[in-house]
Amino acid sequence: MTEKATPDFLAGYRDAKLVKGVLDEIHQRVTHPWALMEICGGQTHAIMQYGLDQLLPKEIELVHGPGCPVCVTSLELIDQALWIARQPDVIFTSFGDMLRVPGSEGDLFSVRASGGQVRVVYSPLDAVNIARENPDNEVVFFAIGFETTAPANAMAVIQAEKLGLENFSILPANVLVPPALHAILASPDNRIQGFLAAGHVCTVMGYWEYPPIAEQYQTPIAVTGFEPLDLVNGILQTVEMLEEGRAEVENAYPRAVTYEGNQSAQKLIDRVFKPVDRNWRGIGTIPKSGYGLREDYQAFDATQRFDTGRIQTEESKICIAGQVLRGLKKPSECPAFGTLCTPQSPLGAPMVSSEGACAAYYHYGRKKQ
Amino acid sequence: MCLGIPGKILSVYEDHGTKMAKIDFGGVSREACIEVIPDAKPGDWTIVHAGFALNLLSEEDAQETLEMLQEMSDLAKQEDLNPSD
Repeated sequence: MTEKATPDFLAGYRDAKLVKGVLDEIHQRVTHPWALMEICGGQTHAIMQYGLDQLLPKEIELVHGPGCPVCVTSLELIDQALWIARQPDVIFTSFGDMLRVPGSEGDLFSVRASGGQVRVVYSPLDAVNIARENPDNEVVFFAIGFETTAPANAMAVIQAEKLGLENFSILPANVLVPPALHAILASPDNRIQGFLAAGHVCTVMGYWEYPPIAEQYQTPIAVTGFEPLDLVNGILQTVEMLEEGRAEVENAYPRAVTYEGNQSAQKLIDRVFKPVDRNWRGIGTIPKSGYGLREDYQAFDATQRFDTGRIQTEESKICIAGQVLRGLKKPSECPAFGTLCTPQSPLGAPMVSSEGACAAYYHYGRKKQ
Repeated sequence: MCLGIPGKILSVYEDHGTKMAKIDFGGVSREACIEVIPDAKPGDWTIVHAGFALNLLSEEDAQETLEMLQEMSDLAKQEDLNPSD
């Protein structure tokens, strides 16, 4: 006897009747127009995939947030990655999403096509194994991701240290959600009234950082998961808080998230990384919004190991990715959407990534209005 | 990127001093690092991201949320049937 692929306690989160029940409740509760932002690109895709945006009352607008690490990684970092990946003795390792993100000149795929050793890994720990198996090569891992990926990135560094691997380094590119929320809410053109906080970021970090943000900007936040029922439940909780005038933080994903988060994971991150200012593609530099390596782990910093020189970056002139990432424009408002810019031939990162808002619009048929 | 896949822990072991587990994802088994869920044991559910277990998944909380939403849905249906109540 094999067990069911999905146990009942999880299958319920895709139950169409329950989803409809929550959607009905949202229709009942809403009396005002509200603009909510789902921060995480994974949620954007799930919303489009299940067509939830089309089942919500017309008063509710979902604005897609910057929660796509591939999309917000700065052009400088991508150009640095391309430079490092072109070096003859380097094996450059990365999550697959990053390979087609356009830099100023080409992408990691084009480096591979011209003979560079670029390998896709599923986990940062796989990159450590590659370093172990290839002692004559420099192995570099492109350490992108939000807080969700930070413990795995930190673990890779600790593992490499433990194994005494001198040929392993990372290109630190982690970004953090709370500083991005401050940047969005403090912007004079902000129109977001409530947030769905990214569930798996909070699985690691908890949500203790969010109540001061909700209070300061009078903006409610619901920690939200990724299944259709999770998403509508997160939307319902946010709408209820908005309708009742409460700027609080609620947890709509309690099976995976606690207030404190996973403290062992937070300790692991804190041991290896420290907050640093980071430049977000299309958004600009946000103070203390990324992770850099602590002094004790500088030896694993690829930017210390490779002198990439001064890099001149050049962005596409047509792409409106920056405005999409700040929630100011919808992908379908871009003149290049679906014509000059497609997943096969992307101008901007949000059209590449499986979490990018432009790719979600393209795949799930949200064409020009 | 922040995709987390729920899986059931089949066995736990150590690799070069790092806590690892074999985890079943709906019939496909893969290895993941469980360094930050040190109390994990076979039979527990976890969420795995990039080969790394983020936390244990609470079956109890999962059920509780489902029941609460089911009740809300049932209540709404009753109100629809008895609009004067």
